[in-house]
Amino acid sequence: MNEEFVLKTEDLTKHYGGVRALEGANFELKKGEHVAIMGDNGAGKSTFVRQITGVEQRTRGTVIFDGQKVDFKGPIEARESGIETVFQTLALADHLDVPDNLFLGREKTKWDWLGPFRLLDYKAMRKDTMDALEKTGVKIPNIHNTIEKMSGGQRQCVAIARTASFHSKLTIMDEPTAALGVQETEQVENIIRQLKEQGEPLILVSHNMRQVFDLVDRIVVFRRGQICANLDIKNGDYTGEDVVAYITGAKTGAEYESTA
Amino acid sequence: MSDTSQGTGGLTFDKTKRSWPSELNVLMALIIIIVIFEALGQILPYMKDQSFLFDSRDRFDSIFNEARLKIIILQVAIIGIIALGVSQVIITAGIDLSSGPLVAATAMIAMSFGQTELVNGYANPKALFGTWAMDLPVIIPIVVGLSFGAFIGAINGTFIAIFKIPPFIATLGMFLICRGIALWWSSGNPISFPTDQYKAIGDGMMPVVWFLSLAVIFHLIMRYTVYGKHTYAIGSNEEAARMSGINVKRHKIMVYMIAAMLAAFAGVVLSSKASTAQAGMGEFYELFAIAMAVIGGISLTGGRGSIIGTVLGAMVLGVIRSGFTYIKLDGSYQLMAMGAIIISAVILDQYRQRKKA
Repeated sequence: MNEEFVLKTEDLTKHYGGVRALEGANFELKKGEHVAIMGDNGAGKSTFVRQITGVEQRTRGTVIFDGQKVDFKGPIEARESGIETVFQTLALADHLDVPDNLFLGREKTKWDWLGPFRLLDYKAMRKDTMDALEKTGVKIPNIHNTIEKMSGGQRQCVAIARTASFHSKLTIMDEPTAALGVQETEQVENIIRQLKEQGEPLILVSHNMRQVFDLVDRIVVFRRGQICANLDIKNGDYTGEDVVAYITGAKTGAEYESTA
Repeated sequence: MSDTSQGTGGLTFDKTKRSWPSELNVLMALIIIIVIFEALGQILPYMKDQSFLFDSRDRFDSIFNEARLKIIILQVAIIGIIALGVSQVIITAGIDLSSGPLVAATAMIAMSFGQTELVNGYANPKALFGTWAMDLPVIIPIVVGLSFGAFIGAINGTFIAIFKIPPFIATLGMFLICRGIALWWSSGNPISFPTDQYKAIGDGMMPVVWFLSLAVIFHLIMRYTVYGKHTYAIGSNEEAARMSGINVKRHKIMVYMIAAMLAAFAGVVLSSKASTAQAGMGEFYELFAIAMAVIGGISLTGGRGSIIGTVLGAMVLGVIRSGFTYIKLDGSYQLMAMGAIIISAVILDQYRQRKKA
C-alpha cells in the first residue's frame, strides 16, 4: 500500500502558540504525480510545506516519505533523503555566480584528501551547469555573473535549475512564478513539464489557476489551516470556478464536510 | 517569441565578460596615492626635489629607493598577517576585535618557551620558567603559540556560531580577556632574551616573507577550495548556505580558529622581531588589520572581497605611513589621514553596492 505513495501525511498539525496554522492534514502523493496546493493567503499552504521539509517541527501527526516514517530535524536532512525544495525566499548566495550556486553545498571536488581544503573542480561544475541549463531551457546571459546582477526571473530560474539538475524523489516548489514575467514563467513551466516527463513527483504551491490547470494532475485546496477539497482535474470534471468556490469556502469537498 | 523560449540561444560563456575586479580599484588608489606623494616631493619647497619611491641619487644600480620599499612593506607585514585572517572573518559577515591583544598574549606565552638559558654567560635575567623551559627547539614555542591561538579562536567561534553572540560583542570580550592574559602570564614583566632560532623567525625581512607566503596560500585557499567557497557563501546568504547543506556552525568556528591562529603567528613573529615580549604589544593592531581588509575592498556586510585586495589594502596603509614620514608630517596627521581613508573606502563600497541594487 505504502509502495505507491511517495509522500503521505496523517493528521499533520502545526500550532503556533494558540494559532492553529495547520490542523489534521491527511495528504497523499503518488509516484510520478504532480499535485498543486491552492488556498488563500494564510490558509496553511506554506505551513504545510515547512512541516514536510523539516524547516519547522510539527505539533503532531506523521509523515511517511518513500515508504518510511520520517522525522526531519532540518531542511538538510529532508534534502539528503531526497526532497528538493524551491522556497519562496530564494536560497541563493548573491555574491556567487551560477555554477557556484548550483553546486552550493555539494561541490564537485578534486584531491579530497585535503579535507575542508579540497580543491573545487570548476571545470566539471561549469560543464554540468551548461548541461543543466540546456536541459531545462533556462537562459542566463553569462553564467559568471553573480546572482546580485540578475533579474528576479533569472534568479528563480537558477534556483529551479538547481533543484531540477539533481535527481530527487520529490520536488516542492512554493509559488515559483509569483514574481516572474511571461517568458520567465514559461521557462519555469517548461522545467515542471520536464519533471513530469521524467516521472519525478512534484508539489506545486501556486495561486495561478491557469498554470495549475495546465500543469498538474490534482488540486488540494487548503482553507483556514485544513484541507477542504481534493480535486482530480485530469478528466475535466472541475473548472476554475469550482476551485475558487472551494478556496473561498462556498463549497467543501464531500469527504471534508466535518471541517467546514 | 518563437524559438527563443527554448534552448540555449542566449546562453554565452565568455571569459572576457568577467566583471571588472574590485581589486583593480584598490590598485589604482594605491598608484594615485604614490603619485601624490611623488608630486608633493617635487612641489613642497623643503623637499628639494626628492623622490618618494625612485632613487634620487646618481647611482646606476637601482631605479627604486629600495630602502623605502622595504620599510613600506616591512612595517605592514605583521599586521598584514593578522589582516589575512580578519579578512576571512569579515567575508563571513563577522568581525574579530580580539586579534591585537591575542598578538600580545601569544607573544608572551610563546616566548616564555623560547628563552635562552645563558645571556653573556649569566643566567637569563628575564627567565620566566626554570631551566626546563630554556633553549627548547624553536618548534615548541611556535606550536604552543599556535595552539593557544587555535584555542582562543575556537572559543570565539563557539560563542558566535553556537551561542549566537554577535561577533562584535564576543570578540570585544575576548579582546579584554586576551589583554588580561598577556598581563597575567608574567605578572606584567617583559619576557626577553630568546634563543637564536626564535630570533630568526622575525629577523630582517622575514616578516615580509611570512606575510607574502601566507597571502599566496590563503589566496589559493579562498579561491580554489571548498573552504573558501563556503566562507563566501555564508557571508553572502547564511540561510541559503544552511539550506544548501553547509555546516555553517562548524565552518564559522573553523574560520575564527584560522583567524586567531594567524594572529597568534603574528605575535610570534612580532616578539621575535623585537626580541622581547611585552603585555602592551599589538595595540590597535586589530583595528589596522580591519582597516587593511576594508580598504582592500572586503565588504563589512560579508560575501565580497579577496585576499589580493587585503594585500593591496595593506600596501595602501604602508605607503601612506611612509609617505607622511617622507613629507615630514607628524604622526598625528598620519592617523587622521588613515581614518579619513578608511571612511572613504567604506563609502565607496556602499556606493558600489547601491549602484548594483
